[in-house]
Amino acid sequence: MTELPPFLIFFIGGVIAAVSPNIVRAILTVLVPAVSALLLFNTELGNYAAYQIFSYQGELYRLDELSRLFGYLFHIAAVIGGIYALHVKDRVQQVSVFFYAGSALGGVMAGDLVTLFVFWEIAAVSSVALVWARRTMKAYHSGMRYLIIQVASGMLLLVGAVMLLGEGGSATFEYIGTDSAAGWLILIAFGIKAAFPFAHNWLTDAYAEATPTGSVFLSAFTTKLAIYALARGYPGTELLVYVGVAMTAFPIFYAVIENDLRRVLGYSMINQLGFMVCGIGIGTELALNGAVAHAFNDVIFKGLLFMSMGAVLHMTGKINGSELGGLYKSMPITTTLCIIGAASISAFPLFSGFVSKSMVMSAALSEGYLGGWLVLLFASAGVFHHAGIKIPYFAFFAHDSGIRTTEPPRNMLLAMTISACLCVGIGCFPQYLYAILPFDTGYWPYDATHVIAQTQILFFSALAFIWLQLKGIYPPELRSVNLDAEWFYRRVFPQGWVVVRDAFRKGADAVTYILRSVLVWVLDIVLHHHGPKGSMSRSWSTGSMMLWVFVLLAGYLLFYFV
Amino acid sequence: MSDRPNPGPKVRKGLIVFYVLCAGLVVLDFLGLRHAENSLDGVYGFYAIYGFVACVVLVVVATAMRRIVMRDEDYYERHEK
Repeated sequence: MTELPPFLIFFIGGVIAAVSPNIVRAILTVLVPAVSALLLFNTELGNYAAYQIFSYQGELYRLDELSRLFGYLFHIAAVIGGIYALHVKDRVQQVSVFFYAGSALGGVMAGDLVTLFVFWEIAAVSSVALVWARRTMKAYHSGMRYLIIQVASGMLLLVGAVMLLGEGGSATFEYIGTDSAAGWLILIAFGIKAAFPFAHNWLTDAYAEATPTGSVFLSAFTTKLAIYALARGYPGTELLVYVGVAMTAFPIFYAVIENDLRRVLGYSMINQLGFMVCGIGIGTELALNGAVAHAFNDVIFKGLLFMSMGAVLHMTGKINGSELGGLYKSMPITTTLCIIGAASISAFPLFSGFVSKSMVMSAALSEGYLGGWLVLLFASAGVFHHAGIKIPYFAFFAHDSGIRTTEPPRNMLLAMTISACLCVGIGCFPQYLYAILPFDTGYWPYDATHVIAQTQILFFSALAFIWLQLKGIYPPELRSVNLDAEWFYRRVFPQGWVVVRDAFRKGADAVTYILRSVLVWVLDIVLHHHGPKGSMSRSWSTGSMMLWVFVLLAGYLLFYFV
Repeated sequence: MSDRPNPGPKVRKGLIVFYVLCAGLVVLDFLGLRHAENSLDGVYGFYAIYGFVACVVLVVVATAMRRIVMRDEDYYERHEK
C-alpha cells in the first residue's frame, strides 16, 4: 500500500477537490500532501509501478536517494503552500495545485524519459492556471507565453527521447550526457525549464503575474524539477559550470533596477538556480550534494520570500517598490519572517542558504575554477544586495508610503512561520539535511575560515548598500520595465513580423499593379487591331476586293512568263 | 536621486555599531583566524574589500544599464492587444 506513487494520491485528491465544496477543498490541500508524505516516508528505496505499452518499458515510481530528496522537498512545499493558500476560495487554483504538485512529484520519480515527458507537460498545463487565475489581460498574455515555452520544452524532451530510442538505446532516465544530438536536445529542454540564459524570461514574466498564492507554488516546483533532471542526466557536464556562473551573475544587475518586487525575486531565483547548475556542472560528489541541497533550501527560503511578498500584495494590492515602504509598522511579523528568508537566501551563517551554497563554492575552488569562484563570490555579495536587503528594505522600510494595513490572514502567517523555522533549523542543524543527500562527503560548513569569510562578504555588502544610500547613488525605484531577452519575442519578432508582412503586402500590390498595367497595354494593342474599329476587323468594300484580286492575278501572270 | 535618506538619531547609533562590527571583522583577519584557501584570499581583508567593491560595481553598472534597457511601464502592453 505504501508503494502507491505520490502523483496518484495528488491526482485523486485533485479529482475529488474538483467536485467538492470549498471547505473540503481547503482540508484536502493540506491533508493530501500530508498523507502522501507519510506514505513516502515509509517507503523503502526501490523501483515500483513498472508498466509496458507494446514494447516500451516505463517506470512510474523510482525511489532512490536523489528522487527521494526531491520527493520530500516537494511534499514540504505542497504542505506549506497548502496552508498558505487555505483562505483561497478559487476552485481553479485549488484543483490545479494538486495536479501541478502531483506532476512535479511524478516527474522526479519517473524512471524513464517518456514518463518524465508526460509529467513535464502536465506540470506545464496545470501550473499555467495559477497565472491565469489572476484574471487580468496582463496575466493572460503572460500565462500564454509561459505555456508556449513550457510546452515547447516538453516537445524537445520528447523528440530527444524518441531519438534515443530510435538509435537503439533505452529511454531509461539515467546519465544522458552530450555525446549525441538527442542528448543536446534533452539538455536544451531541461535548460529551458531551468531558466538558462536567454530562456529565462518566462520565469520573471509569469511568476510576477501569478496570483499571490500561485507564485509560491510556481517557485517551488517547475525549476526544481529541471534541476533534478539536470542532476540526473548531466552531472559533470563542464558547459554547465559556465552556464551556471553566467546565471548567477547577470540577473542580479536586473534585480537591482527592477521595480516589481516579485520580479526581483524571479531574477534572484535565476541567480540561485545558477549555483545549482554550476554545482551539477562541476559534478563531484560535494558539488552535486551542494546543488541538490541548495535546491532543497531554495524552495523553502524563496518560498518564504514569495510568501511575504504575496502577503504584501494580498493586503495592499501593491507590489512595486516605488509604491511601498514603511510597512513594518503595520506588518511587524511579516517583516520579521521576510528578514529570516532574506538572511537565508543571503547565506548568513546559521541560516539555511549558508550550509548548501558553501558546498558549491568549496567544490568550485577544489576543482580549480578560480575565475568561476570569483564570479560566484560576486554573485553571493550581489544576492545579499538585491534579495537580502532590497526586498525587505523597499517593502517594509525606506520612505513611509503612508499605507496602513494589518498582518495577513493567520494561515499565511503560519505557513511563513513554518518556512522560517525550517530556514533556521536547517541552518543550525545541517546534519539532518546532509543525512538525506545522495552522497556522504563528510563536509561540515561551520569552521572559522568559512564563517568569517562569509560574514565579511555580507557585512561589507551591507556597508556598500548603506554608503550608496547615504550618498544618494543607489538607484531609486522607478515605474518602468527593463528590456531583457524577452524583448526579442515580445517586441522584435512581433514588430518584425508586422514589417515583413507590410513589406509583402506592398510588394504584392506593386506586382499586381505592374501585371495589371502590362495586361491593359496588351489588351489595348489587341483592341486596337482586332477591336470593333481595329484595322484587322474593319469591313472591306467589294471594289477594293476586286482590285486586290486583279493585282494578284496580274502578278501571277507576270511571274509565269518571266 | 531626490529621496536621499536622512537617518534619525536611532538609526545613526545603529550605523555606528554596524561600522564597529565591520572593523572588528577585518581585525579577525589580522589575528589569523581565517586561513587562505586559494592564491587570492590570503590577502588581509580580501573578502571585505571584495564584498564592498562588488556591490558598488554592481549598483553603478546596473544604474548605467538603465540608460539602455529602461522603458515606460506599459512598453509591452501598448503593442499587445
